[in-house]
Parts: sequence; structure tokens; C-alpha cells
Amino acid sequence: MDDLLLNQFLLLGAVLFCTGVYGVIARRNSVLVLMSIELILNSVNINLLAFGAIHGSIAGAVFALFIIAVAAAEVGVGLAIVLLIYRNRRSVDLDDLAQMKG
Amino acid sequence: MVAQNIFFYAFAAMIVFSAVRVVTSTNVVHAALYLVAVLAGVSAQYILLAAEFVAATQVLVYIGAVMVLFLFGIMLTRTRIGQDQELTHKHWWTGLVTALVLFGVMAYALIDEWGWSDHPLPADTRLSVVNGSNTATVSDAVFSTYLLPFEAISVLLLAALVGAIVLARKD
Repeated sequence: MDDLLLNQFLLLGAVLFCTGVYGVIARRNSVLVLMSIELILNSVNINLLAFGAIHGSIAGAVFALFIIAVAAAEVGVGLAIVLLIYRNRRSVDLDDLAQMKG
Repeated sequence: MVAQNIFFYAFAAMIVFSAVRVVTSTNVVHAALYLVAVLAGVSAQYILLAAEFVAATQVLVYIGAVMVLFLFGIMLTRTRIGQDQELTHKHWWTGLVTALVLFGVMAYALIDEWGWSDHPLPADTRLSVVNGSNTATVSDAVFSTYLLPFEAISVLLLAALVGAIVLARKD
């Protein structure tokens, strides 16, 4: 039990992922939902780097960098949309956005 | 090796505690600050996996840029600063059940496939080290094998930036 194990990192990633999933489902504020999505993306990055380390491949690090770039783009557009919703409806509560409900 | 394990478990505990606070905190600004702790802890885990460049990028992009964007988002949407019980859905337990079932399935699959004590990582996870880190290896890979995805990501970032400005500007 002295070496670092692959499963340590994978289980940490799983915990982080499930915490993020809980946040996406349970939160009502759209900014907090975007924060939970960041948790999910970070757990994926931990998994990628752990698999890259055990296979001796640099692809894990490269794809982690790509995910960080895509996450930055996602947050930029996501917060712009949240801002637009706030401007139109004076609320960022996801329960209020139900006008498509039949 | 023991030192690496101590480092791993200390930062893992910090990550899990802060992540739970991010999704349960009743104060939006506190949730954002706990997210900083999660991102810093994840960056420390990247260093443990010998990915210094990814760790530095994590600090610069996430803690530097994305968190500022989040705080701007919190302030511009005038979310109530301070205690707010309305942040969590009244059916929050459905999310808890989903997350726990998902974690059960994932943990079972991972332990079944990778075991409790086998599959150790190599003692030195660095690859073809130049000047003590594998940053040069990452850049070589990005600008040769992964050049096309890299260019696609660059164009995506530009498009997202233009899109965000178009969406957010007052007209």
C-alpha cells in the first residue's frame, strides 16, 4: 500500500463527479448549477491524467488541457446566457423558467 | 512514496469537503470560494500525477479567470449575498438518491476492474523529461500529433468569446 494506486485517483474522481451531479439536480440558482458543472469537468480531468500516468502516455495531459479550454468557453457563454435570462426575467431561479411546461 | 500518499489523502479530504460545501452552502459567495479550494486541490493532484503544466493552467484559467467570471455573474445577477435558503430545490433528496446510486455503480465498477491494492502507478510518472518536467513533451504533442484539435479549440474559444459578447451586450 505504499505506491500510489490508479484506483485512488479514479475513486476521487467518482466522488467529485457525483457531488457535481447532485449539485446540478438539487440547486435552483443557475450560477450554482454552472459551478457544479465545473466540479464534473474537473473530475474528468483527474481521470484523464491518472490513465495517462498509468499508460505512460502524454495524451491524458493534452486532453486535460483541451477540456480546460472548453470549460472556459462554456462558462463564458453560460454566464452570458444567465445574464440575459436575468435581464429579461429579473430572476435566475431555474424553477421560474417553466413557460415551456405543457 | 509514503509522502505522496499523505499528500494525496490530505488534498483529497480537502477536495471532497469543499466540493460538498459548494453544493450545500446557503451563501452563493461562500460556494464560489469553496469552489476555489476544490480547484486548488485538484491542481495539487495534477502535480502528484507529474502534470505540472496542466496544474499551472488550472490555476491560471480556473482560479484566475473562471472564478472572476463567476463572481461577476453572482454580482450582475444580484443574487442575494448572504444566507439564502432558496438556493436549493425542495426536492433535493432526488438529487441525493441519484448521486448515491451513481456513486455506488461507479465505485463497484472501478473496484471490480482495478482492485483495491493492485495497478500501482509507476514510481516516476514523468515521460522523456526535459529540465526536470514533461512540459516540453506536452508542447511537442500539442504542436505535432494534436495540432488540428488544438486549432479547433482555438477557433472554438474565439467563437465562444464573440458569442458571449454578442449575448451579454446591451443594445
